[in-house]
Amino acid sequence: METIVFSLLNGVIYGLLLFMLSSGLTLIFSMMGVLNFAHASFYMLGAYFAYTIMGVSSFWLALFIAPVLVGVIGMGVEKWGLRRVHANGHVAELLFTFGLAYLIDEIVKIIWGRTSVNYQVPDSLNFTLFTLYGADYPAYRIFMFFVAVAMLIFLWYMLKKTRIGLIIQAALTHPHMVGHLGHNVPLVFMGVFGAGCALAGLAGVIGGNYFITDPAMAVQMGPIVFVVVVVGGLGSLEGAFIAAMLIGILQTSAVSINASLADIFGFLGLSPASEVGEITISSMAPMLPFLLLVLILIVKPTGLMGDREV
Amino acid sequence: MTDMTTNSAALAPSSGEKFRERVLPFILFGLVLIVIPFFGPSRTTMTLLNHIGINIVFALSFNMLLGRAGLLTFGHAVYLGLGGYFCVHILNWIDAADGGFWGNLPVFSMPVFGFAMGALAGAVIGWPSCRRAGTAFAMISLGVAELMAAFAYMFDSLFGGEMGISGDRMAGPEFLGLSLGPLEEVYWFIAFWTFLGVVAMYMFTRTPLGKLSEATRDNPERVQFIGYNPTRVRYLVFIFAGAFAGMAGGMSAVQDEIFTPESLSLLPSGAILIAAYVGGIRYFSGPIMGAIVMTYMGSNLSDYTAGWLLYLGIMFICVVMFLPDGIAGIVFGFWRGIRSPDRGHLMGKWAQQLAGVFLLAIGIIVFVEVAFRWSEGYGEVWEPFGIALPHDAILTWIIGIIPFVAGVAVLRHVTRKQEEV
Repeated sequence: METIVFSLLNGVIYGLLLFMLSSGLTLIFSMMGVLNFAHASFYMLGAYFAYTIMGVSSFWLALFIAPVLVGVIGMGVEKWGLRRVHANGHVAELLFTFGLAYLIDEIVKIIWGRTSVNYQVPDSLNFTLFTLYGADYPAYRIFMFFVAVAMLIFLWYMLKKTRIGLIIQAALTHPHMVGHLGHNVPLVFMGVFGAGCALAGLAGVIGGNYFITDPAMAVQMGPIVFVVVVVGGLGSLEGAFIAAMLIGILQTSAVSINASLADIFGFLGLSPASEVGEITISSMAPMLPFLLLVLILIVKPTGLMGDREV
Repeated sequence: MTDMTTNSAALAPSSGEKFRERVLPFILFGLVLIVIPFFGPSRTTMTLLNHIGINIVFALSFNMLLGRAGLLTFGHAVYLGLGGYFCVHILNWIDAADGGFWGNLPVFSMPVFGFAMGALAGAVIGWPSCRRAGTAFAMISLGVAELMAAFAYMFDSLFGGEMGISGDRMAGPEFLGLSLGPLEEVYWFIAFWTFLGVVAMYMFTRTPLGKLSEATRDNPERVQFIGYNPTRVRYLVFIFAGAFAGMAGGMSAVQDEIFTPESLSLLPSGAILIAAYVGGIRYFSGPIMGAIVMTYMGSNLSDYTAGWLLYLGIMFICVVMFLPDGIAGIVFGFWRGIRSPDRGHLMGKWAQQLAGVFLLAIGIIVFVEVAFRWSEGYGEVWEPFGIALPHDAILTWIIGIIPFVAGVAVLRHVTRKQEEV
């Protein structure tokens, strides 16, 4: 019972973090038709910026400034990089962001070093919120939960209830028409790209001290975020949310299951001493998202909620 | 009607042109491969050459997908890795065998087994992934690569865990008098298979399937109209690409005698993507040039500078942004240019561009080198040509910024003038 509760709690929080990353990615994708390979690199930048800002002032300031900085960098990348490559087609755009991810990785290594930095949970949030089944539950995780939910509501309100959201939604499907109506579509694109990157940066700020802030964090997170976006259905925010939750809960619960394949498939004659039988569910956890990806794409190529074939 | 037929006949290349464009380059390539050992290259050079040969085959097989069929894959190393692993296992079987099939098998034939294994892997993995093209295909390839790498780390008996598995290339009977012990003999082995692979992949582009793959890249709908199934074309090309990657794996198994699960991961896949793209995916010879340049840079540049990956990234981004035809585009553009009537004008433009790139490169190199020295924090100072350039000296910033700005200005000037013409 307690395993289930803890897995669910942690899984939901991890899922929300994944959704923060994938919502930006999905918005950018539906707008420009390109998957931003460097998205996880912006997440990493968010964490490192927060670390640096926290060094000179406080975590709360970092929470606001770091995402804005990341967003500004994202806008610059869109304006001077992606827009130019756009003429050469989607593959060129994808490759551009691929190269960018490489570049950001290396630059981060120059500025902050090759090993992990000591980015800690702020003291004001470093306490036990409640005790569940005799185990302490840190307040920071609940804080992450609230930041993610606040962002979720803000994003939903922005897109569905404001004029800006209306223009963005229109520009996603009919950019030319929106342009003819007198809106500056390239500016909208730049803004959305920047906002998507800022969301990734925010995820980095609150995720960097929850996990580890090191130059490998982008490479670790990147593929999983892609999986979320593709499984959810490219371009669908609802789908990304469901997929993020699914993968978050799946991965965190798998880690806590100690059973091996032999325990489960023992009735088929799989011996615990054999190499396949030895594999535990928890050791399979890192593979699960990719397994899910391949399965989903075979069964339902549009993803869970996607309506378009890409 | 008759006019059209005569016209199209006249448009076809003459037999002289055919020879010059389709046969001569390969004869020259073969001659180069034969001549190289007579210059007596050192052991390091020999190893480098062998790796170049492997990467040429690998990059060309990658380009069968990206350049020819328009399928971007982030997991091409999976096929090289599986082919290579299979061959290392065979090396061990040959070593352990006492006569029989394995006992009589020359190690020289390894790439054939790599080819078969690569084709098998391509046939299995390609079946679900080739139903989609474009971004989805790229994402599936990424997922498959992650999955395979994770899988490989899990099964120690097949993949040897972190340490990988190793074999002995000197086992088994000799073939053509090659024991494959000394590096020179391995060179002949690699040269033979590289040549064979390059010729075979060129011939593949001339087959109906090769032509159809290009048609599917450009307009899958139209391919469907004329009665072909794009999914099937992609699938078949995918199998061949996997097979040739597996062949490169077989070559690599003999050269390095070891394979680790890392060889299946995203890292080598990304490296070959960069090599092929920088070389130029729109030309057949592009990936060859890319493989040569990148392998050379990978083994030599890393001795000079810690920032070589950064240079690689910058170079890749520049190629994607400004030079979609890559190195091959420059080479062939230059070749066409010096034979065209207004070569004087073109030369002037190139000279300006070259100067601009040179200045820009100075600026970037100064920044990167100084930044790396600063970040390592050992207090080491970069001293090119005896000039000390510490990170806090004004001179450093001048030497960095002025060439950088000047380079950008020159390049912009050239581009502007080109647009005006």
